[in-house]
Amino acid sequence: MLNKNFYLILIISLVFAISFWIGFNVNLLPAEASINAPIYDELFKILFIIGLIIFIGMTIAVIYSLFKFRKRNDQIGDGIALEGNLSLEIVWTIIPSIIVLLIGLYSYNIYDRMGGMKELNHNHEMMSSNTEKIWAGISQTSENEISINNLSIEVSAMQFAFLFNYPKGNFISGELHVPVDKKISMKMESKDVIHAFWVPEFRIKQDIIPGQPTILNFTPTKVGKYPIICAELCGPYHGGMRASIVVEEESDYNEWFNKNKKPEVNL
Amino acid sequence: MTLSIDPQKTNNESLQPKGWIRYFSFSLDHKVIGIQYLVCGFLFYLIGGTLASAIRIELASPMSDFMPRDVYNQVLTLHGTIMIFLWIVPVVNGAFGNYLIPFYVGARDMAFPRLNAVAFWLIPPSGLMLVASYFVEGAAQAGWTAYPPLSITTPQSGQIIWILSVLLLGGSSIFGGINFIATIIKLRRPGLKLMQLPMYCWAMLGTSLLVVLSTPVLAGTLILLSFDIIANTGFFNPVLGGNVVVYQHLFWFYSHPAVYIMVLPAFGLVSEILPVHSRKPLFGYTTMVFSIMGIVVLGLVVWAHHMFTSGTPPWMRLFFTIATAFIAVPTGIKFFNWVATLWGGKISINSAMLFSCGFIINFVFGGITGVALAQVPFDIHVHDTYFVVAHFHYIVYGGTVFIIFSSIYHWFPKVTGKMLNEKLGILHFIITFIGFNLCFAPQHWLGLNGMPRRVAEYDPQFQFVNQISSLGALLMAISTIPFLINVFLSVRNGKNAGDNPWNALTPEWLTSSPPPVENWEGEAPLVEEPYGYGKEISEQK
Amino acid sequence: MTTLDSSKEIKKNNSEDNEKHEDFRMFGLITFLIADGMTFAGFFAAYLTYKAVNPLPDGAIYELELPIPTLNTILLLVSSATFHKAGKALLKDKNSDSQKWLFITAFLGIIFLICQLFEYFHLPFGLTDNLFASTFYALTGFHGLHVTLGTLMILIIAWQSRINGGRLTSQNMFPLEAVELYWHFVDGIWVVLFIILYLL
Ligand code: HEA
Ligand code: HEA
Ligand code: CUA
Ligand SMILES: [Cu+2]
Repeated sequence: MLNKNFYLILIISLVFAISFWIGFNVNLLPAEASINAPIYDELFKILFIIGLIIFIGMTIAVIYSLFKFRKRNDQIGDGIALEGNLSLEIVWTIIPSIIVLLIGLYSYNIYDRMGGMKELNHNHEMMSSNTEKIWAGISQTSENEISINNLSIEVSAMQFAFLFNYPKGNFISGELHVPVDKKISMKMESKDVIHAFWVPEFRIKQDIIPGQPTILNFTPTKVGKYPIICAELCGPYHGGMRASIVVEEESDYNEWFNKNKKPEVNL
Repeated sequence: MTLSIDPQKTNNESLQPKGWIRYFSFSLDHKVIGIQYLVCGFLFYLIGGTLASAIRIELASPMSDFMPRDVYNQVLTLHGTIMIFLWIVPVVNGAFGNYLIPFYVGARDMAFPRLNAVAFWLIPPSGLMLVASYFVEGAAQAGWTAYPPLSITTPQSGQIIWILSVLLLGGSSIFGGINFIATIIKLRRPGLKLMQLPMYCWAMLGTSLLVVLSTPVLAGTLILLSFDIIANTGFFNPVLGGNVVVYQHLFWFYSHPAVYIMVLPAFGLVSEILPVHSRKPLFGYTTMVFSIMGIVVLGLVVWAHHMFTSGTPPWMRLFFTIATAFIAVPTGIKFFNWVATLWGGKISINSAMLFSCGFIINFVFGGITGVALAQVPFDIHVHDTYFVVAHFHYIVYGGTVFIIFSSIYHWFPKVTGKMLNEKLGILHFIITFIGFNLCFAPQHWLGLNGMPRRVAEYDPQFQFVNQISSLGALLMAISTIPFLINVFLSVRNGKNAGDNPWNALTPEWLTSSPPPVENWEGEAPLVEEPYGYGKEISEQK
Repeated sequence: MTTLDSSKEIKKNNSEDNEKHEDFRMFGLITFLIADGMTFAGFFAAYLTYKAVNPLPDGAIYELELPIPTLNTILLLVSSATFHKAGKALLKDKNSDSQKWLFITAFLGIIFLICQLFEYFHLPFGLTDNLFASTFYALTGFHGLHVTLGTLMILIIAWQSRINGGRLTSQNMFPLEAVELYWHFVDGIWVVLFIILYLL
């Protein structure tokens, strides 16, 4: 009997060890280039490890049963007439409940750290001037970072392009330029059908919806050029609806900004 | 032969054609209708699979070179719609439900045979209409979700035909659901208690509840959408003041339960197959019943997890995260119970068993990625990417389609009286299993790294992985060949099966194979222990 | 492949078999009505959401006149009662009374539809004017469709309850009971609709 338990424990620890090893050593995600990204990857790692444990465990159990309990040629008759076992049922109701509850709480925490639980109509520079309703989006991380000196950009999407309006410079660009380590806050609206703004390296995505402005705030942390991908089917050229975001040092950004700046036209 | 007075109540043999021709007629026999569903569904599977192959060919290279871009969108829309509404839903519900439920409740037919036949005959015309819409002005091209405003602005004829045929298929599904509920609740043989029913009945009861509660909402939504398209109203048209997100709520109110409509019957089928081939009672009957009902209830309140990026307020996201993740609990109970059913059995390793075990492994994988997707912060990155495509193919193909094959191997002897060839069956399993995993496992990586779904062209850095995926799709297409050969050979000169080749205890095996028109020569048997393996089998006649 | 041995006696006990079960047709109908009710529920949900999140611009808001819909509510409620009378009468084998009540019910249904159309023609907005207008017409129209269908069915069973050769007798109440249930259902939906659309 002891022998049997020993093997069981051995196998379980092996499953855990393998899962943790894979979880920590196999990277399935692209580069991390925003404040959100490391937070996201933390969640991913946890989910990956838990998922692996459950998946490997179940697979072993199935394959083991197939071998161990397969019917040999000389056998006749049925297996044991075991119809259930209440304590086992309780165990495998409670353990998964606890797991999903913990995962849920943890991802709530992650989501909060990403700024997802913020009231949307606060702290948005453009909001102060008009009372248009903001429908959804992700605001920025912690409270003290209130967006005094953030960069506001208005995004409009149409079949099949993104346009980035820099209200302070009074110009529109097809390429998004942003300074590194600065909070960017975007207000997005679509001119025709639903599109979505997705930067895989930033781990953020938000639909751009006609008739319902959404906001998306983020802080890039790594200089580079990343793709902006439209992630909502929007017509034949949906696959080609891409733009890029250029994250650059503050000085480079200012240079670019000043080059494009147009004088204010008073209406 | 006397004609019955009330045709509603009986199903007179003399009125029905015999032989092959009855499969092409308006038959009222539940077994014939079941087979009609199955064959019709399988033909549409071949069409849907051909479209899938076209998708994978297009995606073998990063450019959009195999077909024009709008045709690609039509192909993927038709692929999704056909696979869901014309293959999975009619087959796991209609085909197996009609064939098995009357046996399981000890009835001679379904409660409403005419309604049943009508439900089936709605399917071929609407399916053909859908496929034919490609040749009119191009098929619908807004994806199977048909989100407005895209579905309003794309060419109208294709979209309208799409709506019409989905409405008809939804109607068919509702009629079927009503029939199943009435049959299971009201047509049970006297003496047969609810808690003695085989698990598939419970699964179908749960599924039919979902069908009856959610499909009508889809119907209403599509009617509103069609008004937007033809009558220029503005329900979902932002130009006219409409709200596009309302459509998404209404659509997913149906389409999330729809995923359980696609999988609960499969859960039921696997609960029938595993005990037979492992010679053990189904583990934990009562908890299995409760977990089905738990899934039904939870399944109705999780729809917005498809909309985490589309403009839902934060509290709503949180609620739907928790509710969705909790579905893992009742589902998990079922999986643990199945493994416990295998444990300590005397398992015959045959094609039916292998496909069922393949199902368990694939589904657990797909379910786990599902629980990950349920977490808002996780989903925000991978929503509408190939990660999602991989998630649901693991479930619909690796889960439900595997179970459909498993069930065909299991019930073929009953339906035809002939055995299928085991060698070809195992070959079929091996190629399918490898091809399937090769095709869809890499797609998780693609999604995480930046490949959105529904695109005909993509970043060249993803070419290699996409080609692996296409290779897997090729293997899946090839794997249909041994299966088809097997079926054709066995129908003509397969080994005779006898009435009960598996020594099974569920009622359908207690009659001849193939069964007579009204199921039993004499009275329907009372099976109190459909899973009484390993016990003294006392008078189970 | 052929399973049937036509020489075999078919069991005649099929209909007996079924007689052991209570009539499940009503059960099927109830299930259908639940499904139908869900369609309305979907429409109501859409309407209420629109009302909550897509308020109309000030100029477009229009107060609905109450007299006609109130009259319609009364019409339907009365028609439910007259239908009930018809059933009672049939149960007592008073076929002609039953038929009379059925015709009255159908008549009330027709008046309802005429009033509804009258209201449509006198509303200041059309189907595509704005979100409220569209939902208003969709909801009342879909309900009106149900009333139309119901009225037709009442006329059919009224014809069937004729004294000579009619199929509807106290032994065969099902058609009447089924249509009656349907009619009460349509009636109930109208009350909800009236409250949500006109009163809220
Ligand atoms: C039959 C079909 C089917 C089934 C059964 C499921 C089951 C589940 N699905 Fe899936 N899903 C789809 C078909 C299906 N799905 C489709 C078609 C789409 C895409 C639609 C589209 O956009 O086109 C989709 C999309 C989809 C999304 C949206 C993704 C996005 O678009 O961003 C989400 C998010 O929450 C999700 C979650 C889940 C969950 C949590 C389950 C759960 O039910 C899974 C539960 C099962 C398990 C978890 C495994 C067994 C359990 C255990 C072994 C116990 C232990 C486990 C734990 C403690 C975790 N699914
Ligand atoms: C419900 C069931 C279901 C099933 C079984 C499948 C099966 C398959 N699916 Fe499907 N798929 C969906 C449901 C399903 N799919 C849905 C809902 C979508 C989303 C659509 C949307 O975005 O709107 C989708 C989308 C989808 C995509 C994403 C497209 C995109 O977003 O751009 C891809 C890409 O690889 C894909 C591939 C496949 C493959 C390779 C199979 C294979 O498993 C198919 C294997 C079968 C065959 C290969 C048939 C073999 C037979 C022949 C080839 C014989 C020749 C023909 C004759 C004799 C007539 N599917
Ligand atoms: Cu824009 Cu896809
Ligand atoms: Cu879902």
